[in-house]
Amino acid sequence: MTDAVQTPGFSASRLAAWLDSVAVAAAAFMRNPLAVAGLCLVLVLVAMAALAPALAPYDPTAQDLANRLLPPGGVHPFGTDELGRDIASRILFGARITLRIVALVAVVVAPLGLLVGVTAGYFGGWVESVLMRVTDVFLAFPKLILALALVSAIGPSLENAIIAIAATSWPAYARVARAETVALRGADFVAAARLLGASHMRVVALHIAPLCVSSVLVRLTLDMAGIVLTAAGLGFLGLGAQPPLPEWGAMMAAGRAYLTDQWWVAAVPGFAILLASLGFNLVGDGLRDVLDPRESGR
Amino acid sequence: MKHSRLIRAVAGNLVAAVATLLGLLVVTFAIGRVLPIDPVLAAVGDRATADVVARVRVEMGLDLPLYRQFWSYALHALRGDFGQSVLTARPVLSDIARVFPATLELATSAMLLGILLGVPMGVAGAVWRGRWPDQVVRVVGLVGYSVPVFWLGLMGLLLFYARLGWVGGPGRIDVYYEGVVAPVTGAILIDSLLAGNGAVFTDALRHLVLPACVLGLFSLAYISRMTRGFMIDQLGREYVTAARIKGLSEARVVWRHAFGNILVPLVTVIALGYGGLLEGSVLTETVFSWPGLGLYITHSLLSADMNAVLGGTLVVGSVFVALNLLAEMLYPALDPRARAAR
Amino acid sequence: MSDPSRGGPNPLFRHFCRARRGKAQGSAGLSRRGLFRVGLLAFISAYAGRVRFAWGRVPRDVFVMALQSDDIISLDPAELFEFTGAEVAANIYDRLLYFDPDDVETLKGGVAESWSLSGDGRVFRFKIRAGIGFQSGNPVTAEDAAYSLQRVVLLNKAPAFIIAQFGLSPENVRDKIRAADPQTLEIETDRAYAPSFLYSCLTAAAASVVDMRLAESHAENGDFGNRWLRTNSAGSGPFSLRAWKPSELIILDRFEGHWRGASVMKSVFIRHIAEPGVQRLLIERGDIDVARNLGPDQVVGMKDKPGLRVRHARKGSLYYLGLNQKNPHLRMPQVRKALKYLVDYDRLAMTILRGTAEIHQTIIPGGYLGALEERPYQWNPEEAKKLLAAAGLGDGIELSVDVRNTRPDLDVAQSLQASFAEAGIRLRILPGDGKQVLTKYRARNHDIFLGRWGPDYQDPHSNAQAFASNPDNSDQGRVKTLAWRNAWEIPELTHLTEAAILERDRARRIADYRDIQRRELEDSPFVVVFQEVDLAVERADVHGFVMGPSFDTVYYRGVVKDQ
Repeated sequence: MTDAVQTPGFSASRLAAWLDSVAVAAAAFMRNPLAVAGLCLVLVLVAMAALAPALAPYDPTAQDLANRLLPPGGVHPFGTDELGRDIASRILFGARITLRIVALVAVVVAPLGLLVGVTAGYFGGWVESVLMRVTDVFLAFPKLILALALVSAIGPSLENAIIAIAATSWPAYARVARAETVALRGADFVAAARLLGASHMRVVALHIAPLCVSSVLVRLTLDMAGIVLTAAGLGFLGLGAQPPLPEWGAMMAAGRAYLTDQWWVAAVPGFAILLASLGFNLVGDGLRDVLDPRESGR
Repeated sequence: MKHSRLIRAVAGNLVAAVATLLGLLVVTFAIGRVLPIDPVLAAVGDRATADVVARVRVEMGLDLPLYRQFWSYALHALRGDFGQSVLTARPVLSDIARVFPATLELATSAMLLGILLGVPMGVAGAVWRGRWPDQVVRVVGLVGYSVPVFWLGLMGLLLFYARLGWVGGPGRIDVYYEGVVAPVTGAILIDSLLAGNGAVFTDALRHLVLPACVLGLFSLAYISRMTRGFMIDQLGREYVTAARIKGLSEARVVWRHAFGNILVPLVTVIALGYGGLLEGSVLTETVFSWPGLGLYITHSLLSADMNAVLGGTLVVGSVFVALNLLAEMLYPALDPRARAAR
Repeated sequence: MSDPSRGGPNPLFRHFCRARRGKAQGSAGLSRRGLFRVGLLAFISAYAGRVRFAWGRVPRDVFVMALQSDDIISLDPAELFEFTGAEVAANIYDRLLYFDPDDVETLKGGVAESWSLSGDGRVFRFKIRAGIGFQSGNPVTAEDAAYSLQRVVLLNKAPAFIIAQFGLSPENVRDKIRAADPQTLEIETDRAYAPSFLYSCLTAAAASVVDMRLAESHAENGDFGNRWLRTNSAGSGPFSLRAWKPSELIILDRFEGHWRGASVMKSVFIRHIAEPGVQRLLIERGDIDVARNLGPDQVVGMKDKPGLRVRHARKGSLYYLGLNQKNPHLRMPQVRKALKYLVDYDRLAMTILRGTAEIHQTIIPGGYLGALEERPYQWNPEEAKKLLAAAGLGDGIELSVDVRNTRPDLDVAQSLQASFAEAGIRLRILPGDGKQVLTKYRARNHDIFLGRWGPDYQDPHSNAQAFASNPDNSDQGRVKTLAWRNAWEIPELTHLTEAAILERDRARRIADYRDIQRRELEDSPFVVVFQEVDLAVERADVHGFVMGPSFDTVYYRGVVKDQ
């Protein structure tokens, strides 16, 4: 990279302005009690996942048939399940699975959506028409049902659940990225970069895509709650993670059989799903408030 | 000139809808092809001999090139022929016709609940923006978006059915009322009223209440959030200020003027949200043993009955496309501002 | 034009985004709100405590049962081969003979009033009960009985062997099974079988008497009405099929003209409820009369509840693992044996299966002629490790198990997963619904199958044949026994099993079966684990529901309810 192609897109002043606006946004975010509560929930989730081996009192898959279905309390804070496994430990390790699903979906979906959207937005014309038509087609699908059909076709497993969720959720990101790109397409710094001899590839990759990232990230945070719920739903239907993985949805499905007498077997994982999804929703909601284009004056 | 523009808009929407349908066909076809279980084996059963399998393979057209197979798949699907369900040994279309009304009844009830509660809540949130009604609306909305419906359903069953006995249990009606009322619309609530059968009506109602509320919470969250957003936008406009200055009562300003203006976008988003309810019914129906399309699809999924799964997906997908089309047409056709702009 | 619902940066969405919250909240408001909340809670709890909505219980002339019934593929007696299908058919169709549900040694006449055997032991004659009729109004004749048995052989579906094994084939069956006169059915066998063996077979679902004229009126392409009978009924039994919605509901209506007297119950509703937890909710609230698939965990909590009654009945069915011999690891005798040491029998019986299963390791269930009550295998991972090491598999192997996605099967599979792991066997669980798992098993595409096997008729040969006979191990297979499904090539055992049905001396026949069981115990691709005990919970006001010793001796006809 030579100085000659250093364009206004990455200039120091732009960076400073951007950092400024991030600081302002962060401050605004932290003033919002609900958003902070959501952030705490998400951080707790991350901590649970990171520290699961240290925190969990038991092996999440170790069975103890003599101590099945114990009520919460004592050495098992959330009781034990139908195979005598410690529910608290399973919840802790389940956080890893949930976060892994969320992270993997994000890793697949965001770049894919970004690529499609930025390409469409930058080049315009028939490229845009074709790409956005395909995107619209996918957007109009029933996502959950399509994910279900896909999983049943390729076989139920954690990995396939991730693939199915990713395959059905990328179009929203393409749309976001395209909208941003269209707004940037005519900007001076893009024209300047082109004048300075930067290739299309370079302009897209270095100048436009980075600027779309923040909107895509906001969209992603908002979607994370949905990803958590969809993954749990697949697990609940037996189409997600398979036993003995401590996936929360699958744990709930197992707990259904003991609903009347041992309600905690189903209730605890369900509550975990609720809190995780609520956390992401609160953060996403807060972020949207802060980063809304008109509000933050970008 | 105005006309030609309208026609072009309509044509554009129709083209989009057709393209989406085509995409849906391609995707479902692809899913059917990557299926690990041999479709021939699924059709003839495992007791068939090798030559029967070979014959059926030809009969099913599985020896043809893919594009030919797709063509015949698309033709059949467009005619509503989704093939035979392995699980029920009946044509998928007749299965869907049998179960779909149950889903419609559930989703529609949930939507009505969502409108009846969500619209006033959204308006309240906008009017008392930032004060406690707004906070309540906001929190209810976020919880509605965050709660796993299958969990809420199970807990609801445990509390309101098992413990308190206020509502009916899993299922659409008590089985011994099955077939008592002749199906006219397919919605038992309406059919029983038409037949003047109070017992069936009450029974159906008490079974419907809980699943409709569970699914309705999502609808409520969605509608109240949308309503609130639209109303805040309207209440910030000059004509509202002007109306207030003129001394019109607050109720009149809010309901007649501001609310009147959001009706069109609101109807649009509600129509679109209905598709989400159809989808949400998959998990709700599973929890409540509700014999609708969602349960049908889950049962079929678990028995790898791909004809049924793909048929169900196509039907729900088509409803989605129709709702989208409706929304896109409705918006410019009804919106006074959009009309004025032409 | 952008689509408003799609979120992201579009105009409608932004309206919403702009909404902000204020921060001011009056403390006076808080306390008032608090008061309001307390009042509301008090009101709700008072309301909840006092008000009992008096919903109607199940009507007194209707019998409602919850039963996992998604395994039904067909209700045609010549085709059905599943637990639930056989049970339903037993209430729609009469059979030639019955076992007394209370005493399996006693044969009783069904459609056949009396029966006799020719001197050479090859022609069996059955006198058809006079004056009984089908639900259609047609009279029941020997021709119907002959037709019913013939079509089983001619259609050649899964249960055909039950009838065909007496030397009958599609070519000769029209001659060998015949109506000598309108009231006399004759069955001519190729050899002189143990008579009890043939009689036992005629108590099976395949020997249901079908209304010939009705079935033939629905025949297509010479299918003997098979297609129609899958979802319709043409019997003379106490109930007729009103509706069958797969995986949802079966409705039976009583046959007013049944020869043993019409059922008191006008209709029977069999609801498919997959989850035991939900069955439990329904029975406790009185929305069903009997719950059939409750696990021990559900029953424990209900033992002392008033208004409910727990029933136990030992079944002929066995829980077992089928080890596919197409799998190179499972082909090794050491691996097969190691797996028998890797089941924690006692613990499973005391926990997950408590009250629903007894430990049983031989292939003939307790209560059957010649059953061997030996149990040499116990949980012993050390022994298993030694065996695996001897087979050169000390580093462990990977296997998968196909299992129904219901409880307790899934729990048992998970327990196996843990206990197999002790010897380094990584077990992958592949849950599916009943039919999916069975289809895969029958196509011999499994590694390990975990499931139940119920005898087809009340005779040791049913199990001996299933587990110890495989005349043709090719993929087409002539007789698709369990040994065939697991691709187990056993010419010698097959021969022993064949010989046992021709042994007319009772003591020697028993000795034959003992021998077969010992051989299977020593080395076979079957890890027999438990004999099933049926658990059901019924409302205390329900009487006369018969749960016999096998899966198809469950009768609804005698059900009455306290008024």
